[in-house]
Amino acid sequence: MNVSFDFSETGSSFFDLLRERGPSLLPQFAVETTERREGMPQVPMGTTVLALRYRGGAVIAGDRQATEGYQVASRRVEKVYAADEHSAIAIAGAAGPCIEMARLFQTELAHYEKIEGMGLSLEGKSNKLAQMIRANLPLAMQGLIVIPIFVGYDVRRDEGRIYKYDLAGGRYEEADYHAIGSGGKDARATMKKLYRAGMAEAEAISLAVEALYDAAEEDTGTGGPDFVRRIFPSVKLVTREGFQDIPEERVASLCEEIMTARKSAREG
Amino acid sequence: MPLPYYVSPEQMMQDKAEYARKGIAKGKSIVALEYQGGVLILAENPSATLNKISEIYDRIAFAGAGKYGEFERLRKEGIRYADLKGYAYGREDVTAKSLANAYSQVIGNIFSMEIKPLEVEILVLEVGEGSGPNELYRIAFDGTIMDEKDYATIGGQAEELKLFLRDKYRDGLSVEEALRLATRSLEAAASQKVRAANLEVAVLDRGRAGRRFRRIPVAELRQLMEKEGDAAP
Repeated sequence: MNVSFDFSETGSSFFDLLRERGPSLLPQFAVETTERREGMPQVPMGTTVLALRYRGGAVIAGDRQATEGYQVASRRVEKVYAADEHSAIAIAGAAGPCIEMARLFQTELAHYEKIEGMGLSLEGKSNKLAQMIRANLPLAMQGLIVIPIFVGYDVRRDEGRIYKYDLAGGRYEEADYHAIGSGGKDARATMKKLYRAGMAEAEAISLAVEALYDAAEEDTGTGGPDFVRRIFPSVKLVTREGFQDIPEERVASLCEEIMTARKSAREG
Repeated sequence: MPLPYYVSPEQMMQDKAEYARKGIAKGKSIVALEYQGGVLILAENPSATLNKISEIYDRIAFAGAGKYGEFERLRKEGIRYADLKGYAYGREDVTAKSLANAYSQVIGNIFSMEIKPLEVEILVLEVGEGSGPNELYRIAFDGTIMDEKDYATIGGQAEELKLFLRDKYRDGLSVEEALRLATRSLEAAASQKVRAANLEVAVLDRGRAGRRFRRIPVAELRQLMEKEGDAAP
């Protein structure tokens, strides 16, 4: 009888554990073993996600649309996830791997906390995420690109922090704001004009919504507010008190405000 | 050349069991009690950092008595098992029953195959979903698994604690009452007062969402114990 509940010594990392005991469970998905060619089915792509710092922490937000080529694959995709009590992750790229990566990262943080009896530092969390992206590098070379933004409230330093990554797993801390995805550039343009250091929470939330609104206007891959189906961007906060979801009604009314303001600006 | 001597299997098992029992008897005890809002776990533990109680998964907790190093390894392995299972299937599919079975197999194997048995007794506890029933499993040093109701005790004075609780336990306790009952059972078994600083207390709180496990820090524990003191006649 083979009981695989054995005592081989593994560390505190769930990612390493999975590599050792369940490599088939690693997020590899429908890995295209051949080169990607024209006419092959496209992978659903996540689109605009952004983060910005404010006085009491950080805002992280994303649109809700996933596209397959020129088609809308899903209107209600969630791209922003709580990673743990004090941090959140938003991912742009191939939708399937994004969701899997978020789930793996959540398990990783909780696993470490349970094994060690205390959570990782924010620095440690962001570093672990970089290692996970690095492990995904061979897939990224085939076009399965998964790039996250990571935000967290650093309880030791008492401030919100933003980390951005590149394809190769490079990790950079961002001082004020960042946006990625197909509409990332447009969202960054809006934030570049309107961002101020030490903003209040309400201002930061409306800036995030406005940046996503602009991204949706300029980028076909980014979904705007949908008043018919009542689908709005997802906006979350990380603060000293923890992860917090901004209710949909509040985002809806912010979107309406932006629309009214722009309408009246046009009408003069 | 000396002849290899023969030891009957009965004798060998008896010796191992006696050895394990002696080891566990030296250790401090742990009580788990069902209360209205979940499961309370209380351990006598002078160390603030070397925990005897731990979270395993959303609704599952672990407690170990006996040799620290041995139950610590069991605890970590349990977390690995639960996280892997939850990742491969779904979060609801991780159950105390399957984990307790896995523990029972491993501990039982070590007991029969290895020269030195594990000197541990462990509890695997699960708080019910909604108003569903809780599950309390006790696994002994030889892998014997027991499904307990209302309360479960392990460690050196497990029997004394059990006797005490058999008379005093009733259904529908509040968390303060459960805490008082658990401390009183320890005091009765040790025939001396216990201090909050020497206790490690955690609950599986039915009312929480997601991860139900919560440690009760010493400061909060002191408050709770004072509150119970006032309530006592």
